[in-house]
Amino acid sequence: MSDVVLSCQGLVKKFGGITATSDVTLDLRRGARHALIGPNGAGKTTLVNLLTGVLEPTAGRIVLDGQDITNLAPHLRVRRGMVRTFQINQLFASMTPLQTLALVVSQQRGQGGRFWQPLGRDRAVAQRAEQLLESFRLAEVMDVPTEQLAYGKRRLLEIAIALACEPRVLLLDEPVAGVPAGEREEILQTVAALPADVSVLLIEHDMDLVFSFAKRMTVLVNGAVLTEGDPDAIAADPRVREVYLGHGETAGEEEPAHA
Amino acid sequence: MSDNTSRAHLSLLDATRWRVWEPLLWIAAFAAPFVLSQHAAIINEIAIVALFALSLDLVLGFTGIVSLGHAAFFGFGAYTAALFAKHVMPDPLVGLAVGIATSTLLGAFASFTVQRGSDLTRLMVTLGAALILLELANKLDWLTGGADGLQGVVMGPVLGRFEFDLAGRTAAWYSLTVLLVLFVIARRLVHSPFGATLKAIRDNRLRAMAIGIPVGSRITVAYTIAAALAGAAGALLAQTTGFASLDVFEFHRSADVMLILVVGGTGWLYGGVLGAIVFKLMQDFLSAITPQYWTFWLGLFLVVLVLVGRDRLLKPWTLFQRGRTA
Amino acid sequence: MLTLLFDGIAYGMLLFILALGLAVTMGLMNFINLAHGAFAMAGGYITVLLMQRAGVPFLLCLPAAFLGAALLGAVLERTLYRPLYRKPHLDQVLFSIGLTFMAVASIDWFMGSTQQFIQLPQWLKGRTEIGTGAWTLGMGHYRLFIIAVCAALTVVLQYILSNTRFGSRLRASVDDQRVAAGLGINVNMVFLSTFAFGCGLAGLGGALGAEVLGLDPTFPLKFMIYFLIVVAVGGTSSITGPLLAALLLGIADVAGKYYIPKMGAFIVYLLMIAILIWRPQGLFVRQGGKA
Repeated sequence: MSDVVLSCQGLVKKFGGITATSDVTLDLRRGARHALIGPNGAGKTTLVNLLTGVLEPTAGRIVLDGQDITNLAPHLRVRRGMVRTFQINQLFASMTPLQTLALVVSQQRGQGGRFWQPLGRDRAVAQRAEQLLESFRLAEVMDVPTEQLAYGKRRLLEIAIALACEPRVLLLDEPVAGVPAGEREEILQTVAALPADVSVLLIEHDMDLVFSFAKRMTVLVNGAVLTEGDPDAIAADPRVREVYLGHGETAGEEEPAHA
Repeated sequence: MSDNTSRAHLSLLDATRWRVWEPLLWIAAFAAPFVLSQHAAIINEIAIVALFALSLDLVLGFTGIVSLGHAAFFGFGAYTAALFAKHVMPDPLVGLAVGIATSTLLGAFASFTVQRGSDLTRLMVTLGAALILLELANKLDWLTGGADGLQGVVMGPVLGRFEFDLAGRTAAWYSLTVLLVLFVIARRLVHSPFGATLKAIRDNRLRAMAIGIPVGSRITVAYTIAAALAGAAGALLAQTTGFASLDVFEFHRSADVMLILVVGGTGWLYGGVLGAIVFKLMQDFLSAITPQYWTFWLGLFLVVLVLVGRDRLLKPWTLFQRGRTA
Repeated sequence: MLTLLFDGIAYGMLLFILALGLAVTMGLMNFINLAHGAFAMAGGYITVLLMQRAGVPFLLCLPAAFLGAALLGAVLERTLYRPLYRKPHLDQVLFSIGLTFMAVASIDWFMGSTQQFIQLPQWLKGRTEIGTGAWTLGMGHYRLFIIAVCAALTVVLQYILSNTRFGSRLRASVDDQRVAAGLGINVNMVFLSTFAFGCGLAGLGGALGAEVLGLDPTFPLKFMIYFLIVVAVGGTSSITGPLLAALLLGIADVAGKYYIPKMGAFIVYLLMIAILIWRPQGLFVRQGGKA
């Protein structure tokens, strides 16, 4: 029961006349591998924005580790262990991966306010940064400014940053979006290798990744939860098929072509 | 593995090392009032402007805040130092400390105005602040001398020993020393984890928040420190020229310092120094030719600078490359 | 006191016409154009030149000022401004400051730095007074004229914006450029004509305002802050926003200078800073629109 790490209850978000998120309730358990799927525009990223505090909810509650964080500032949520990645890379263009990760690590260790020692002085920080660079296969490009990196590497950095924050809850927003086929493998392996005690909420369109990764899935349509359950149940659910494939004939039942 | 650890560690530290040319530059700077003694006055001016531009670099180059009112702190430091010297005590270093302290307070107070809003909002608010101070200085003429300015500021000797000589050499060395000290402090700041968080805020505020950086309070601190440095520059101006006038608050001061910084290059601390040298020399040169209309050429330079692209002008070898979007 | 209100409204309407072009440029192209005042100044000087050198009557000078400034705006937009739309705001600020410096210095060189005076036609001079004592409303005829012209313009503009195709295209482009372009709207043309029109309005405002605000080469620098205040406080997503902001500003300025002369312009700046801190996106922003 108090195995639930992150939960939102009755979350609503309206923009003027548009309801982007409609009464969403979601529970994330410790060590979860939970996927959030749904057609484009279903409000998945909006939900993540609500959970992380980038957007203020119109109604509803968000609870992290038993504490109500509905009104907590975004950077404080990160301090409590809720970290996200972005669908569109949000990186620090002028900094190198090494500098970026060193920054994130030192910030995470409460050294962000240190103003006298140089960034590289703390060996432990450098060590951790180096560790992350290795596991995300960024070691060869550690000194290349981010704006010059290939897209796949940038995506890896995007996720590395999140992990450098030592998250307890990780919200991954379409981690392989736009990544060329040759570079997906690295990311998929990294996602699969995430520590077991980290609770992960994955938003993805790539169904291979979703089904190989998730132990539980929530389907979001038009801002509301359509259904929730384990992958087999979801795959078999006719409503889910309908949402993705629409009404009408499915492949294989076409009329013979006219002469 | 430990091989790579050293590599990461060394790479990080390498970014913070003093480059070979840096000490040479500073030695040359300090030799200048001796070698070019008839130009000591302009060397003094360059040092002051460089410090002012350095302070703006912290705000603009490292935190990404576009401020058109930075002269507010410059002027405030100038007037408080001048008033202090005139009414309390003519010791330069104490006056400098007072100027810095008051500007710091003003900066802390004003910093909450640049927290929220768009670039335009911040532009307006900073501009407005400088204009308010200008008006204040104008209206409180019993204190500030109004449009005539605050005259008759006579300074005592620096550290009790070095009199301000007519040639201006003491002034030049005084300003250069203050510049160097504050520069070193700024340098440590910028290379520290704190400085890295500022750069993160500049590069991507959204992500900075998403990694736990308290953006609001970092901006406040950065802005306050920048105000302190600008106030120091203003104090130096008042002390070395013996005079403080309304033009320290004027728009063209804020605009000029922004131009100086941009010409020298934002985000690498020496931009202010380089820009100051180029700007002052250019100003001298152009004013001698067209004393009244040199702002025209300044304006033209700005227009060309932006159209050609700031990067390209500063790195002429990229002039003919197809531009990468920044 | 009523006279003060009247004067404030006249001043406010004038500021509105002057600043409207800037508001639209900011909202449409997301371009911070600090040189906007230079176009106003151009309109003012065109009027002065036409009246003094060519003896053109005042009323005819007004459309001339509009057209002259608009033409200038169109040329500059096509050549200089267009490449800069996607540059960072810092670059735009530097560019427009540079342009302003050039304009100020050029006018200084060509026309000298003294104040220019416009000889108003006889029927615009003079004053009508209604009421007595503390409730006297003194209406200068010229100010009345200004209010009339500006009010008429406002009505026409609002009509154009909401009832014509151009208006819809403009609103679409402001809302979302890419989508508008995708719908076949020629965004370049919309930008060009809107920018030119905004400059034209500024020119007209400069011509109208020469008598009230004074005209000399430092005009763009002196009044830039006022235009920016109107835009920052009024927002860029409607016509009524800047209108109300301008009226507020006009009345505050006039009243402030009268009741507390020691503080003068002060009040205005403080008010602006207070408003912007309270509502950083401006006082009148549409909910759900792009800020």
